[in-house]
Amino acid sequence: MGLWARLDDVSVRYGPKIVMQNLSLDVVEGAITCIIGLSGAGKSTILRLLNGLKKPDSGHVFVQGREITEMPERELIDLRRTIGFAFQFSALFDSLTVGENVALPLREHTKMRDKEILKVVTETLDSVGLAHVLDRFPAELSGGMVKRAGFARAVVTNPQAVLYDEPTTGLDPIITHVLTDTIVKLRERLNGTAVVVSHDLESIYVMADYIAMLFEGAIVAYGTVDEIRRSPNPIVQQFLQGSEVGPIPI
Amino acid sequence: MKVFDEVGRGTTNAFAYAGGVAELLGDSLRFIVAFRIRLRETMDQAYLLGVQSWAIVLLTSLFTGMVISLESAAQAASYGVSNLVGGAVAFASARELGPMLSAVVVAGRTGAAIAAELGSMVVTEQIEALLSLGLSPTRMLVVPRLVALVVMLPLLTVLAVVVSILGGMWVANIYAHISTESFITSARQALGFDDVLRGLFKSIVFAVIIAIIGAYQGLQTRGGAAGVGKSTTGAVVTSIILIFIFNFALSYILFGHS
Repeated sequence: MGLWARLDDVSVRYGPKIVMQNLSLDVVEGAITCIIGLSGAGKSTILRLLNGLKKPDSGHVFVQGREITEMPERELIDLRRTIGFAFQFSALFDSLTVGENVALPLREHTKMRDKEILKVVTETLDSVGLAHVLDRFPAELSGGMVKRAGFARAVVTNPQAVLYDEPTTGLDPIITHVLTDTIVKLRERLNGTAVVVSHDLESIYVMADYIAMLFEGAIVAYGTVDEIRRSPNPIVQQFLQGSEVGPIPI
Repeated sequence: MKVFDEVGRGTTNAFAYAGGVAELLGDSLRFIVAFRIRLRETMDQAYLLGVQSWAIVLLTSLFTGMVISLESAAQAASYGVSNLVGGAVAFASARELGPMLSAVVVAGRTGAAIAAELGSMVVTEQIEALLSLGLSPTRMLVVPRLVALVVMLPLLTVLAVVVSILGGMWVANIYAHISTESFITSARQALGFDDVLRGLFKSIVFAVIIAIIGAYQGLQTRGGAAGVGKSTTGAVVTSIILIFIFNFALSYILFGHS
């Protein structure tokens, strides 16, 4: 399989805090790559680097073979249309109904008629089990439903890749299972790439093709689920076991 | 040395702020010139930001007109020039108080609302969501608010001027027994149509200030609820200060020789 994206020697800092230092990561096309790591390690920043919402202080970001680090905003906008982004708290627009939220990218980027848009939106919401909440506002939905509505908006334009930021955080095990299943099904439906940032190891073991572990600004382990679970790296083992004892400072 | 550091940082921040505001205004104008305006959203904003402000503008301008009349009528009566009160009230209302008071009131209500709404959208990642969908927050959010205010504030100013003059006329009649005819004649003699137009031009400039400062402060929000509060306060304070500064500059340019 080819590469969908590559982070090459990337460094990022927020003020004096160095979040990434000479980080490199390959994202395999057509696979689900999960990024794990401590809270505040910079996992979500990786997603923002991949769709150009954040520029690195140094290094290069390649997406679909094109370097996006110095890409003009206009070209970045075109690129972002090919990448779905499901935000941690869904980021649905409060003033719009679920249907209008999902329809927004179609209304703004295509010349589809209202009837066609409604059909696509209903189908997309149906694929995440939410066709019945088309006319409801985000504030009227449960946490799990809001997450799925966010997924629907991210995939409605059939993007080549979808980035998921902590898709299962703070949800009960049943909804977590439903969302994990949804991510796998959406990847199959789109036949594209997915990058998932998560702490939820059970979900990751189910959906991941590849896992990358981020620690102190660098990728310290990368491999398939089995490779990561058997990793001899004490940092990885401490994280996977949730142990207080080990090289990761508490 | 610390003082110099502070002065240097303050100056840099001021220039960065001015640059950011200018860039946002430039971006907005680019969309407006290309007529990439979301009309439905603009209409909604015109109602929310403009129409819903009419009562507060009406009340403040009514009492302001009444106060001017009260003060000037007493003085005018003592000098025997009661027939000039209508002119004084109309002149002050159309040139200065109408545009500025409406702008200050709208800055307090609408500028704060714009900053709070956009600030909340920043902290809940809705702005990033727009960008990730390949949509411009300037076109989607700033332009409709800017266009709505540029249309609505002059209309509110007309309302303020009319109500202020009517309030002044009523007080002049009750308090100094100045007849309605005398008041209106005086007002018509003192006030030219170009004075009204220049006053309305001021209100357009003030509308731009309120919308752009509110939007810029909102979009610059960092942190959670505290950040939104800070942005909201900053938007109101900065807008009001700029309205006073621009009012002086515009009065000097527009009315300096008349």
